[in-house]
Amino acid sequence: MTAATSIGPSAPRRWKKPPLISNALVRWCLWVGAGIYLAIALGTTEVNWGRVLEGVPRGAKFIGGFFPPNFITNLDEILSGLYESIWMTVTSTVVGVALSIPIGLGAAKNLAPAPIYYACRGILAITRSFQEVIIAIFMVKLFGFGPFAGFITLVIATVGFYGKLLAEDIEDMDPVQAEAVKATGGSWFQWINYAVQPQVMPRMIGLGLYRLDINFRESAVVGIVGAGGIGVVLNNAFDQYDYETAAAVLLLIIGIVMVVEYTSGYVRKQVQ
Amino acid sequence: MLCLEGLVKQYKTGDRALKGIDLDVPDGQVMALIGPSGAGKSTLIRCVNRLVEPTKGSVRLNGQELTKLGQGELRMARQRMGMIFQEYALVERLTVMENVLSGRLGYTGFWRSYFRKFHQTDIDEAFRLLERVGLDHMVDKRADELSGGQRQRVGICRALIQDPELLLVDEPTASLDPKTSRQIMRLICELCEERKLSAIINIHDVLLAQMFAQRIVGLQLGEIVYDGPPGGLTPDVLTQIYGEEDWESTIEAVEEEDGDEVIDEEPEAAGGDQQAPDLGRDRMAGMT
Repeated sequence: MTAATSIGPSAPRRWKKPPLISNALVRWCLWVGAGIYLAIALGTTEVNWGRVLEGVPRGAKFIGGFFPPNFITNLDEILSGLYESIWMTVTSTVVGVALSIPIGLGAAKNLAPAPIYYACRGILAITRSFQEVIIAIFMVKLFGFGPFAGFITLVIATVGFYGKLLAEDIEDMDPVQAEAVKATGGSWFQWINYAVQPQVMPRMIGLGLYRLDINFRESAVVGIVGAGGIGVVLNNAFDQYDYETAAAVLLLIIGIVMVVEYTSGYVRKQVQ
Repeated sequence: MLCLEGLVKQYKTGDRALKGIDLDVPDGQVMALIGPSGAGKSTLIRCVNRLVEPTKGSVRLNGQELTKLGQGELRMARQRMGMIFQEYALVERLTVMENVLSGRLGYTGFWRSYFRKFHQTDIDEAFRLLERVGLDHMVDKRADELSGGQRQRVGICRALIQDPELLLVDEPTASLDPKTSRQIMRLICELCEERKLSAIINIHDVLLAQMFAQRIVGLQLGEIVYDGPPGGLTPDVLTQIYGEEDWESTIEAVEEEDGDEVIDEEPEAAGGDQQAPDLGRDRMAGMT
């Protein structure tokens, strides 16, 4: 055979993208297994279509109850709830971010020695392991009803979120820029200030604003378990079947979240 | 004078990047370190300022043993060694001036550096250096707005403002076009001459090494296989350093270089010593 050297009309060499899982048996077993699971799951889910149908008009009536939104009757309560929520949001974001910085620096593998790294990663894992509502319930038990419990809850949540992302951003930085500043003979803090901070700062400002936005929304949620803020007002309104006030509160939350969203988008564009 | 004795670097993976290097670099000498990728060139210069910790051996700069220094003393020693990097390694989001002044960090207290309140003498020197390399009109540009050649000149200023006794230069031209490469190499060599600095320049480009260095050291698999004048790089020597290849054309090209150069530089070359600033401005004019 001269096939190796001739460029004749022999069969063209075929090419196909290699499969993600190279073992054909494993690949097919996974497909079949997933199919069987889906079939069983769907087969055992009981849907009472009658009740679904009954629910539709009830839902419509419920939504109808929101109109017209009533800002006036409980204005004092709404305003004080909003004030509490905004206080909680701003203070917890500032304090949370401030606490995150040392923890985030410690949790970056390329900065911290192993013991500090594991300690800081441990703190982050603990703060991230519980949902805000669960922490809030605990804090309400500790500190009693009111915005202070909410403040502590949001600080903890902020540290978990911001510290982890800060650490990861530092780990992703360009090592060459860092090496260059190290080679000038500056101290550790100067190195952080000149080599690390400029690299992570724009993203950190963006994430700080994003966290501000999350904290405002969470401040409404933690209020439902008694940790103060607009959530308490919302919860009371629902409890009293006062859907007009509830609608007013919901509209205010949407409005504020939108304002924060657009502002943070603008600021992020400016700092890039 | 820099003296390396029996310098060994073994990485955790077991790779022996340097296998007992003995090397003396006298004051004022510009030495080019050539060799294939993976020969240990980068490791060698990083062992000098201990960005990479040497495993064994001694490094002495003007009599001071560097390998045994504690953290504080090491910082002091690093201030005396300027380093110029391959991909410029400027902090991209800092301004040109901040990048240059970062070379003074070792001499500046933390709060002064934090508020960017550097000593006036440092600022004067920064302006002088930027003027020398033709970038004094761009002090407040962010480093990532500059072209490759401009960035490397900022990198040179950052190294020189340290007032070093030795320059460690890691592939200064690897990401530059041929013309800019020559300008940068010429600038480095001129500045070394002006300040009586010795320099170790890692470089891939054999031609450039021969054009600008007074001495060439060839490294292969962590060992020195050539140490001599640029003229001594015969095809045999290059084969020994890099492996079998047709080296005749490389060597011929070098012999023609001197004639080429004037044409290569276009009108700017007429400026003599002043050429670097002029080039900088012309490049800018072309860009904006």
